[in-house]
Amino acid sequence: MNEKLRLKNVHKSFGAQKVCHGIDLTVNEGETICLIGASGSGKSTLLRCINLLEDIDEGMILLDGADISKPGLDPQPVRQRIGIVFQSFNLFPHMTAVENVMLAPRRVHGLSRAELRPRVETLFERFGLADRMQSYPDQLSGGQQQRVAIVRALAMEPEIMLLDEITSALDPELVGEVLDVLRQLRQQGMTMILATHEMKFAREVADKVCFLDKGVILEEGPAEQIFGAPEKNRTRDFLRRVL
Amino acid sequence: MLTPRQDYNRRARRRSIFIAAASTAAAISLLLLLIPLSPGWAAVQKSFFNAEIFAKSFPVLLRAFVLDVAIFLWCAPLIALWGLAIALCRDARAPALYPLRLFGALYTDVFRGVPVILIVYLIGFGVPGLGLPRPWNSPYIWGSLALILTYSAYVAEIFRSGIDSVHASQRSAAASLGLSDWHVMRDVVLPQAVRRVAPANMNMLIALQKDVALLSFIGPVEILRQAGVYKSLYANFTPYVAAAVIFLVVTIPATRFADRMLARQQKQRS
Repeated sequence: MNEKLRLKNVHKSFGAQKVCHGIDLTVNEGETICLIGASGSGKSTLLRCINLLEDIDEGMILLDGADISKPGLDPQPVRQRIGIVFQSFNLFPHMTAVENVMLAPRRVHGLSRAELRPRVETLFERFGLADRMQSYPDQLSGGQQQRVAIVRALAMEPEIMLLDEITSALDPELVGEVLDVLRQLRQQGMTMILATHEMKFAREVADKVCFLDKGVILEEGPAEQIFGAPEKNRTRDFLRRVL
Repeated sequence: MLTPRQDYNRRARRRSIFIAAASTAAAISLLLLLIPLSPGWAAVQKSFFNAEIFAKSFPVLLRAFVLDVAIFLWCAPLIALWGLAIALCRDARAPALYPLRLFGALYTDVFRGVPVILIVYLIGFGVPGLGLPRPWNSPYIWGSLALILTYSAYVAEIFRSGIDSVHASQRSAAASLGLSDWHVMRDVVLPQAVRRVAPANMNMLIALQKDVALLSFIGPVEILRQAGVYKSLYANFTPYVAAAVIFLVVTIPATRFADRMLARQQKQRS
């Protein structure tokens, strides 16, 4: 398997608060990585760093072997290759679902609505949103909004998808429809990194689970190992609390 | 059939409507009784509320008001554009654009810090004093410019507060898709910001509508100046009252409209 993304000794702090404390992580092409850990353990920050929404203080992020964390590098081309979906959806409320999805490809790749139409329609259909294209975000349920947000990221045809606790803001009965989307993406071979509190789901889909604690990856391994036989006490404590 | 609760609520509502109507009627009757009792009432009535002079001056004032409306109509869009430009200057983040940022800050400080009438005087008398040829010495142009410069400083601050009110997560979401700073601003932040501050800008429009009358101090015969002419002619203040009535006919509906917009927006957000 090809190495797609590699984090080397990533450090990040906000003021005096250290959030990432030397993180090493390798992600191979087509893999699904689940980051688990308590709130504030650094999962979200790590994803935002990979997407270059935050600058790292120290260390390196390699995408296909090229350092994307170099100071002064233009973040836009990198972001076009790495999609991110947020816990709070962050759809643009003044645009319909289909406009939300088309905006970036139109502006970044200079494509017209007509050129994008077939591809975008396929995406909406695939995720059960065909009749929701003309709806505004506040006319959609949380689950639908989050699926539109995923479609919006996919429309840029990213090589990696980062998913930041994307089911945490959803009502329990809506979680399933969003997780189904992720299962589909995984089947199609998308490389994904999820920060998640859905332990059952992580166990089901993850090729590798990383337990983050106080800004470091305390333990990582295949799902069966982390959930079945965790080595570290803190991992065991955490899993006992959430399972 | 009403439930006891519905019946009670209906009776309570009727009672409060009755009390409100009765107390309003009492207050108005008291005013109508008391004001004519004041010693100077006869004189005030004659010099401010003279029906005959009102009827004579009203049509001419209305015609003069057309000029106010015209000045308003060409100033308003220019204020919106220039105000937006200043707001964007103040939001410029690239170091190379620092001069713009500085300019935006200075601009809003200066033009919000000086009374409108002073700007109207300084520009309206000052610039034509340069001896420019016609039509460039027209007080319409320079008076309008004074209004545009002043009002866009306020409007810029309104736009800026709107831009700041768009949550950072919207910017992140847009940036994460690979959009440039400019497109993040133009396609995501600005449309939301402009909508959000529309009621505040409506209030600025209402204020502008009245401040157009300040141009009367540098020449144009708009409604306030026309009223002044009639005041001198008839030695009576009724034309001013007539002018006030004309302003109110325009500004009260506009104010109500702005209030309704604001209320609707607050309802949407809650």
